[in-house]
Amino acid sequence: MNNLSVRILVLGTLIAVLSAVGGCRREEGGGTINAVGSTSLQPFAELLAQEYEKKNPGWKVDVQGGGSTAGLQAVTDGLAQIGMCSRELTPDEAAKFTPIVIARDGLAIVVNPDNPVRELKIDQIRGLFSGRIRSWKDVGGKDEPVRIITREESSGTRDCFVHLVMGKEKISREALVQESSGAVKELIKGNPAAIGYISLGLVGRELKALIVDGEAPTAANVLAGKYKLARPLLFVTKGEPSPPAKKFIDFVLLPESQKTLEAEGLIRAR
Amino acid sequence: MKQDKIIRVILMTVACTAILGLVVIAVFIFKEGMPIIVRLGGREFFLSADWDPKAGRFGIRSMILGSLMVTGGAMVIGVTFSLGLAVVLTEFSPPLLTRILKPVIELLAGIPSVVYGFVGVVTLVPLIQNHLGGPGLSVLAASIVLGIMVLPTVTSISVDALHAVPRAYREGSIALGATRWQTVHMVLFKAARSGIVAAVILGMGRAIGETMAVIMVSGNTLAAPRGLLEPVRTLTANIALEMGYASGDHRQALFATGVTLFAFIMILNTIALTVSRRQGQGVRAT
Amino acid sequence: MRLAPVAAERLVVAVLWIMAAITVGVLFFIIAFILAHGLPHVSWGFLTQSPGKMGREGGIFPMIVATALVAGIAVILAAPIGVATAIYLTEYTREGRLTAAIRFGAGCLAGIPSILYGLFGFVFFAITLGLGLCVLSGALALALMVLPTIIRTSEEAIRAVPPAYREVSYGLGSTRWQMVTRVVLRSALPGIVTGIVLSLARCIEETAVVMLTAGSAMRLACSPFDSCRPLSLHFYILSREGISMEKAYATAAVLVIVILVINFFAYWLVHRFIGKAGRHV
Repeated sequence: MNNLSVRILVLGTLIAVLSAVGGCRREEGGGTINAVGSTSLQPFAELLAQEYEKKNPGWKVDVQGGGSTAGLQAVTDGLAQIGMCSRELTPDEAAKFTPIVIARDGLAIVVNPDNPVRELKIDQIRGLFSGRIRSWKDVGGKDEPVRIITREESSGTRDCFVHLVMGKEKISREALVQESSGAVKELIKGNPAAIGYISLGLVGRELKALIVDGEAPTAANVLAGKYKLARPLLFVTKGEPSPPAKKFIDFVLLPESQKTLEAEGLIRAR
Repeated sequence: MKQDKIIRVILMTVACTAILGLVVIAVFIFKEGMPIIVRLGGREFFLSADWDPKAGRFGIRSMILGSLMVTGGAMVIGVTFSLGLAVVLTEFSPPLLTRILKPVIELLAGIPSVVYGFVGVVTLVPLIQNHLGGPGLSVLAASIVLGIMVLPTVTSISVDALHAVPRAYREGSIALGATRWQTVHMVLFKAARSGIVAAVILGMGRAIGETMAVIMVSGNTLAAPRGLLEPVRTLTANIALEMGYASGDHRQALFATGVTLFAFIMILNTIALTVSRRQGQGVRAT
Repeated sequence: MRLAPVAAERLVVAVLWIMAAITVGVLFFIIAFILAHGLPHVSWGFLTQSPGKMGREGGIFPMIVATALVAGIAVILAAPIGVATAIYLTEYTREGRLTAAIRFGAGCLAGIPSILYGLFGFVFFAITLGLGLCVLSGALALALMVLPTIIRTSEEAIRAVPPAYREVSYGLGSTRWQMVTRVVLRSALPGIVTGIVLSLARCIEETAVVMLTAGSAMRLACSPFDSCRPLSLHFYILSREGISMEKAYATAAVLVIVILVINFFAYWLVHRFIGKAGRHV
């Protein structure tokens, strides 16, 4: 290579490196908090993390996904101080971890807007997801085979759904498995015979959330305890939270932070 | 000469470290995965279709079937079109077009797999769902996407292999009265066989090992697919979907899935080696 | 009904051309699709700002830096080690069962699914070595992933150098190292460099490995122990979570362009070298 191109290359690399480093300014008295876990919680945690960082310069809050159980595993492995969990802890887990409720969320059973079915009983939902009820016409819909969409096994949303709805019955082996709520949404948007479950806060206007056992899936109904498919959203630590983690958790429980969460579709913790 | 000795020692250390590092990976995967295969028994692990980690059941038969079906489909699609393109590029296309197209196709080999998967989800899956039936996420979708992904690799290696066949072969064949297509399939394919087989093996390896694109378009169901339009789960998708949270037996079972994949690749490479050795004893193409 | 050879030839050639056109068409379509949807949303601001609101707003600057760090460190580690190993295996050892076994092993390791390197990286670098999910874990896992490929391509390039070159060098009185650096490497350089640059492209596009090892924090990584989110992972998360299709397409467009540029650069490099050094095959 001739001299000129070499020089340009070196210069370009130097500029790139310097500008990248320039974006990092080390502040005094800072640190990093790692939060790992539920992909449902992740967007909300990231939102609050950014606000926390603005108010506490020098502090970094790293939020990562991977699923609720992955979050608990990360806390056990020491990869994170806070595990984000979108379901109740099992008795075994409750013995090992300390959960703090930071918000509540409804679990919506969603179908395509073109699906004529508007409400179902829990037993019917169970039947649809287990494969016992194979066609929509058995629950008042069109004569079409049901397409079940479920989350992957590490998902807290799935665990919550299994706990609240399925009980002893298993989700059909023919269910399509998607690894994020967004993918579930896209699939249902494109398939009139599909049924799935996502966080109530993520439903938006493109999907239809079913009325379950006569109760409409609204935030008010969740708070009043009428809509039964609801779950606590937890920040989980091993034993007592470390001081930095506790500061962030306290921040999340502040009224303004709770208002931010409500604006995004969650329900306040208390 | 002393300098040479020092350099030799340095190089040897580096090489041994590198090789050691790679051996560690292989050993690690086997060490983590073999115990559970041994404990469950080969029959239960490989032949049972019951994958239920919570209940402690780890049978990967559906996933093995899934990987085989999807890879097979990808190879059928990929190899046909690749060979067709390779033949056109070397035998029938004007040299200028070939000179432009070959590097362009090699450039396309670098497109990220998640991009292929995404385009597949957004364009191919609805197409299959609306015109062919089924949920769209299917063996067919995965085969097509993977087939497209291996196209650049298989094509460029096949082109190299065909180019390496001496002109004398072509000229001799034409002199005997064969048409160009007859030359291609009766003479050139045989002469370039080891290169083409190498290309196919490489493509197959890439198809079996692909994870992200397959997760996006195949549906990941636990039930084995009964047809091309049914959803499917491959071995790689199984690992990716469950690794983040698996612990204990479950984690070991996922490593054991990794061992299975490793074994597949070793078999493929052995086949490639044998074919090239046999080719070397027969017709010389170089 | 058997066609006369000439008619069969015409038919087959027509079919082949159609197949070739479909193939090239599909490949171009994918690139065009991404660029058409994504380029309108790529701006200088997009490239230099940080993301906001989970990626719904803002840009992808930290992701670009993350990709550069992770891929750059991986190749800086793997390239010298890989080339040195290849030199040692070809020039300083005798061809035999051991070298054949090593070659087979490297070939297998180059072919195993990338997710296995992610697995190894997760369990070994992140947990056992205690590095956590960070730039370094990702870079080390990627380095291991491309090492076998660099060893193999460098080895092939070196072996392709005619023995005559080596003999002439010795004949002129050079030491082995002089022969290696001034004669063999100079001839094999195009092949070696191509291998390295293609490995760089592979590190940039790889998602499964970094998904398990680099974390996925959206912030600018200031140290190798920070969690980061490379471009490919960001694209995957944006598109799968349905956060913002526009930003997803834009990220994909940036990724595609970066990789095309790198591959083009590799191609250009090789041809420049061949032009200068003269043909050696």
